[in-house]
Amino acid sequence: MAKKESSLKNMIISLVVISFVASLALGGIYSITKEPIALAIKTKQENAIKEVLPDFDSLYSYKLLPANGKDSLGINQAFKGDTLVGTAVATYSNNGYDATQIQLMVGFLPDGSIQNISVVQQKETPGLGTKMKEPKFKEQFNKKNPAGFILKVKKDGGQVDAITAATISSRAFCDAVDRAYQTYQKKGGK
Amino acid sequence: MEYFVIIISAIFVSNIVLSQFLGICPFLGVSNKVGTAVGMSAAVVFVIALATIVTWVVYIYILVPFNIAFLQTISFILVIAFLVQMVEIILKKISPPLYQALGIYLPLITTNCAVLGVALLVHTKEYNLLQSVVYGTSIAVGFGFAIVLFAGIREHTELMGTPKGMKGVPIALVTAGILSLAFMGFSGLAK
Amino acid sequence: MNQLKNFTKGFIKENPILVLLLGTCPTLAVTTSAINGLGMGLATTFVLVGSNVVVSLVKNSVPDKVRIPAFVVIIASFVTIVQLLMQAYTASLYDALGIFIPLIVVNCIVLGRAEAFASKQGVLSSAIDGLGMGLGFTMALFLLGSVREALGNASVLGYKFYEGDGILVFILSPGAFIALGYFIALMNRIKKTT
Repeated sequence: MAKKESSLKNMIISLVVISFVASLALGGIYSITKEPIALAIKTKQENAIKEVLPDFDSLYSYKLLPANGKDSLGINQAFKGDTLVGTAVATYSNNGYDATQIQLMVGFLPDGSIQNISVVQQKETPGLGTKMKEPKFKEQFNKKNPAGFILKVKKDGGQVDAITAATISSRAFCDAVDRAYQTYQKKGGK
Repeated sequence: MEYFVIIISAIFVSNIVLSQFLGICPFLGVSNKVGTAVGMSAAVVFVIALATIVTWVVYIYILVPFNIAFLQTISFILVIAFLVQMVEIILKKISPPLYQALGIYLPLITTNCAVLGVALLVHTKEYNLLQSVVYGTSIAVGFGFAIVLFAGIREHTELMGTPKGMKGVPIALVTAGILSLAFMGFSGLAK
Repeated sequence: MNQLKNFTKGFIKENPILVLLLGTCPTLAVTTSAINGLGMGLATTFVLVGSNVVVSLVKNSVPDKVRIPAFVVIIASFVTIVQLLMQAYTASLYDALGIFIPLIVVNCIVLGRAEAFASKQGVLSSAIDGLGMGLGFTMALFLLGSVREALGNASVLGYKFYEGDGILVFILSPGAFIALGYFIALMNRIKKTT
């Protein structure tokens, strides 16, 4: 094993050298991967936006703080030429079953109705809460306008069919969509 | 009230061992006698509480402001290794019998994934310092709870007839699975 | 050193998880699907080979008293490298494995091999040991993940072969323990006959 004696000098020198080399290596890899990582995150967002809105060729994005939450939502207005095609709102809910934030991308058409919803992040119970990704649950929101469609599960007096045995996850999903709608309305519904 | 929820969910609903899968090695290794299980749990509670505080401070006041958050893993594990070393030295000085009783379990706490796991988790949950400490300590209590329960069950299984192929670890794992199933009954408690 | 024996011991005779019982935390947590198990296994193998090689290279320059902290720094560096690379190039796998990627640093297999093998053997042997152990671990994770996915989600590598749910308990926590328990019992049997 180690053939160097454990004198204080040797111990300190070897630890310092190792830490120094490690820092160099890590710093190097960090700078190489910084851009690909940023790109990966951006691509994930863009794919979610593409999934929930009709065709567009440019995006105008900004952040808005919701009335009921401490993180801001990402508002992405999509244009085809000069016409507003729709608005994709990156929303979240902290009320999921798991502590990890549920993140959705909700696509609103200019008239306020929901075009489509994409689940960006969730760590709900497999086989139960994770069903929120499935069309059977998710698509019931499509073509509905929250002005007339109550975004709560039927148990709570709303019109949403909850996932069987996953009421908490379903409620959290509604919470996220509602947060998106309220914030989208705040800016004049455009 | 919010703290009560954190405590209850950390101990029962999302028990660190039985539903989050952290701390399994000591869970399987130290749980054959209730006595050692209790000792190990006490040490773990102490180390986790301390580690959560120190790593939180390091992350919020050093790593994030200087934009070196990618060094989180390496700095956290170094802090933990250092803390455990300190705890060993201090314990040896102030309470030799306790130090003797814990024996080799103390250094093993460094590689207990529960410690590093909790230190990392409090940041994904974005807890403040007080919440982190409460959460960390409750998690450790949950760990102790699970491991002592499990040790009690194992002491009994020792005396029963187990098929030869399942003796030892396999039956322990299946038992842990059933215990985990039981703990699933707590879900919904904290919402 | 018979390098062939050195390489293959990690698969059955000294399989890190099924025989040596190291690395149980990630095993139970990430084997909810075959792909996740495979990804975690490969990430761990990368760290294992890297750290074994470096530890073997510096073994004569590191004083005995500080060898554990030194090994920890080396291992943690490789884990951070794997974290950054995965976040950049395999983003969805990175999201799926979550907190268990940084937890590779406390995976007893890595520190265990560094201490028991790489700190005493040459670089080539250490590299092959790391590779064999890592791949043995990956094999176990992949198999366990496949079984849990097939039983619990009625799918194979992501493709459902049965519409509807499987026996859910297998993708949940209890199933992990139970499946691993039986897997180890099976492995004990196989070990006896080889």
